[in-house]
Amino acid sequence: MTRAAAPDDAFFWAAAAEDRLVIQRCADCGTLRHPPAPMCGHCGSLAWDAAAASGRGRIYSWMYSLHPNRPDDDPRVVILVQLAEGVRVVSNLVDAPPGGEYDDLEVVVEFRDDRGTRTPFFRVVP
Amino acid sequence: MTGAIIAGIGATEFSKDSGRSTMQLAAEASRAAILDAGLTPHAIDGLVTFTVDGNDELELMRNLGIDEITWWSRTPGGGVGACATVQQAVAAVTSGAANAVLVYRAFNERSHFRFGQPHARATGPAPLDWYFNFGIDTPAKMYALWFRRYMHTYGATNEDFGRYTVSARRYAATNPRAWFYERPITLDDHQASRWIVEPVLRLYDCCQESDGGVALVVTREERAADLEQPVAIVAAADAHHRLASITANYYHEDLATYPEAAACARQLFESSGLTPSEIDVAQIYENFSPLVFLVLEAFGFCGPGEAVPFVADGNLDIDGALPTNTHGGLLGEAYIHGINSIQEGVRQVRGTAVNQVAGVEHCLVSSLNSGLVLGPT
Repeated sequence: MTRAAAPDDAFFWAAAAEDRLVIQRCADCGTLRHPPAPMCGHCGSLAWDAAAASGRGRIYSWMYSLHPNRPDDDPRVVILVQLAEGVRVVSNLVDAPPGGEYDDLEVVVEFRDDRGTRTPFFRVVP
Repeated sequence: MTGAIIAGIGATEFSKDSGRSTMQLAAEASRAAILDAGLTPHAIDGLVTFTVDGNDELELMRNLGIDEITWWSRTPGGGVGACATVQQAVAAVTSGAANAVLVYRAFNERSHFRFGQPHARATGPAPLDWYFNFGIDTPAKMYALWFRRYMHTYGATNEDFGRYTVSARRYAATNPRAWFYERPITLDDHQASRWIVEPVLRLYDCCQESDGGVALVVTREERAADLEQPVAIVAAADAHHRLASITANYYHEDLATYPEAAACARQLFESSGLTPSEIDVAQIYENFSPLVFLVLEAFGFCGPGEAVPFVADGNLDIDGALPTNTHGGLLGEAYIHGINSIQEGVRQVRGTAVNQVAGVEHCLVSSLNSGLVLGPT
């Protein structure tokens, strides 16, 4: 994981460093938002906290990520996860079962180190 | 009617290695468009291009001999803003901010900076970190994650998308300007091409990477009588929603739809009083083939999930209900960021296209979130 210094999402990665998945929540109207942003687009509030996510969700969409024209590492399965709380996050499916067809599969968060950053990935719920 | 017209069009050849600077491509295409309009560079007093265009406005003015301009603008979002450039020019000439606006786009997108290759994101908007770090590092991957949901919802297959590509390449095969001139493909060829983003996009689902330049001149409708081949800008629209992301649509409630294109369609039809059945021919931006299917549904040319049979039944053919991408599209002609599709729309209205549709009264040009309806003056 390589990231630009971004004060708006520091809380997300601080929680990830402790293997906690959190979702930004407006402290005034309770609307969840992801990716993080400084202002609530629903009510305009600048007050927010970080709600603990269940870590559960399902795969809303997915694809294999390979270099377009040279040999690559093992393909990464890129997933768009619909979290149980309702927001979507982009991540990767770890230990993906062979054969594709990952649509709508239930997944659960699993934290792993990625280039020095503790990062939320997901695995299929057995 | 918007009160504005496209007075002239110009372009370089479309290639994979132009052998000259992007400024030269911009200058060549722009001068051709100005002369095609029957104007001189002194008549141009406004400029519009894309935010991502690498050609400096003042340097282009120095090349063309444009003495003084009163207005300029750029549209964000790459191809998202291809038709928005014309919408901006319409706003300028109808408000009086300018009298004649040059719209241009030129790049060496194959021989120099290839859009299709992964590029380390050294700079750029911070939101991209949420995508690049998980392997979404090319436009094909950005869009595939959106398109996959469409496939899953409606049971569309990559072979279904291939039927669009076969259509586009058939049109390109008879267009001497097209890179794939005289090189049609079959559905088997499409299915034999390698995966770029499995299980969504094969090589032949992806637009080309091209070198070239295209330009247009926009002015007020009242000047049409003094011009040789004016084309009316019947309607111009652009739509952006806050649930979009910088890469593609991941956050709308239903990713099997394209809400921004539907909003653009609503604006175009409401402002013109037209209905989908009154569109005679369409040029639809397709960086990737599945986009055509989403746009056909967003514009109401067919119902949700019906684009697959709509395309398979030949509706996009020259004698179909909606001849589409008659130049071969961005897959078959060239990828000049969508501006070449506006140029094809102008030709269809003028009656000078190589794959000409008879009696064109209304040509739709759609470029992702923005769009135009063109017609005779």
